[in-house]
Amino acid sequence: MSAVVTAVPFATQSVSADPKVKSRIRGLNFYYGNLQALKNIDMVVYEHAVTALIGPSGCGKSTLLRCFNRMHDLTPHTRYEGEIRLYPDDVNIVSSDIDPIEVRMRISMVFQKPNPFPKSIYENVAYGLRVRGVKARSELDGRVEAALRGAALWEEVKDRLEEPGTALSGGQQQRLCIARALATDPEIVLFDEPTSALDPIATASIEDLIISMAGSVTILIVTHNMQQAARVSSYTAFMYLGELVEYGPTTELFTRPRHQRTSDYLTGRFG
Amino acid sequence: MPSAQRSLIRPRIHHRDIKERLVEAFLFICATSAVAVTTAIVVVLVYESAGFFERVSIVDFLTDTMWTPLFAEARYGILPLLCGTLLAAGVALLVAVPLGLMVALYLSEFAPVKVRESVKPFLELLEGVPTVVYGYFALLFVTPLLQNVIPDLPGFNVLSPGIVIGIMIVPYVGSVSEDAMRAVPNALREASYACGATRLQTTLRVVMPAAASGIAAAFVLGIARATGETMVVAIAAGQQPNLTLDPTEPAATITAYIVQVALGDLPHGSIGYQSIFAAGLVLLLITLLFNILAHLLRMRFREAY
Repeated sequence: MSAVVTAVPFATQSVSADPKVKSRIRGLNFYYGNLQALKNIDMVVYEHAVTALIGPSGCGKSTLLRCFNRMHDLTPHTRYEGEIRLYPDDVNIVSSDIDPIEVRMRISMVFQKPNPFPKSIYENVAYGLRVRGVKARSELDGRVEAALRGAALWEEVKDRLEEPGTALSGGQQQRLCIARALATDPEIVLFDEPTSALDPIATASIEDLIISMAGSVTILIVTHNMQQAARVSSYTAFMYLGELVEYGPTTELFTRPRHQRTSDYLTGRFG
Repeated sequence: MPSAQRSLIRPRIHHRDIKERLVEAFLFICATSAVAVTTAIVVVLVYESAGFFERVSIVDFLTDTMWTPLFAEARYGILPLLCGTLLAAGVALLVAVPLGLMVALYLSEFAPVKVRESVKPFLELLEGVPTVVYGYFALLFVTPLLQNVIPDLPGFNVLSPGIVIGIMIVPYVGSVSEDAMRAVPNALREASYACGATRLQTTLRVVMPAAASGIAAAFVLGIARATGETMVVAIAAGQQPNLTLDPTEPAATITAYIVQVALGDLPHGSIGYQSIFAAGLVLLLITLLFNILAHLLRMRFREAY
């Protein structure tokens, strides 16, 4: 089998020789009512790396992503089985004994469509801190600035922090949402197709940002766009019909897929 | 689909044009009739009030502290009626705003779907209770109840009908606020939860501010309804115009006065007859004021999401 996507430029970030495990998924099943959306997933998420989840619509990639911050708990009649262990704590974050709010304090999320609150830029970023009870203005100021710098938005908004976040452009709004996700100093940031509502220029800036963030935080990203997965991620998981078909370093998965289905998907034969 | 016989495009068909025009004209008449009726009401109100103000000066009308049009020594100061109206509406709001808001918060953010689906029809049922029933409820149930707490409360007072009007408009305020909160996109709730917020924090810090315009509109519409409410106050507040800010005293509202006088047999064109229209005009202006306020609030709080 020849290399399937040779024209794709790969991320400069290489796979480190001895990566630390941030999270380990073991025998994860997930159900919406009687419908099983994830089937016996086993996977490892490496620390300070970008891991991409790809696959056709309905394959369960977003469902898997949302297991990490227990977003499914908000929907009635959903059920997790198996485990997602988070290290170094070594706890199963999908266990019913674990408070989902505690999980969301450690694992934040950026959504498909930019969804800033109808509040000021400052308050958007400070939100996660405020719900944790941070009140001191000096601490808030410092962390809001750090988060906005982390999201490469500080220079653009530093003089208008009191303006509504909703007045920014689409790409800026998404970076504001990234700042909001970063403000609470998360261990993992989840991205659910973060550029699908953005134009190519805004997309490029978000991708650059994701790559630069990977040095300090673990990133999981769901994407429809295979080139995007190739550009930003070190590891890629290909999912199909709720199963994890293939998982490995992005370069290997894209150039030497081991499964026929992966190769078919990457070459655009379906999906 | 291949068609064997393709028809030519025909020239303009006149009877089809005429039919379209007729339908359009009919719909136009339907649409304008509502506007026309409203305009006619305003015209009549202004016309009859003009007759009233030929005999009573506007200054007296606005500053005199007595409203006794049916007495031998007639006085025409709207203040007592205005005061009674706003007092009753104020008491009603003190009840309806917190209760309505809590109903809306619960139904929109906390209640399981099944509870919401069964409670909402009940609320709407409550809106359908005839107001005269509420009036007697105020007079014969709430007032005696209040007299246990406030021993020297008169049988007719503003407090009791005010509370009852408040209860009466809770479903309305609650239902309009709930619609506003449910209109807040789920993406904002998700964003809040993903930041580690609890349900209560999400409700108070994200959903309510985002729905502020709709909630404010619900309150103002509630005020408008409380101001225009007639039967409850006519029955339970007594019908003596009384310039007071004490809700434990009896008083009359503009609406109660109109009912009282309209039921009597006043000769057409008499000043007592015309005073109804002057009072009605004031009521109309108050409601208009509230509607403008609602509009301004909406502009003030409008948020793009």
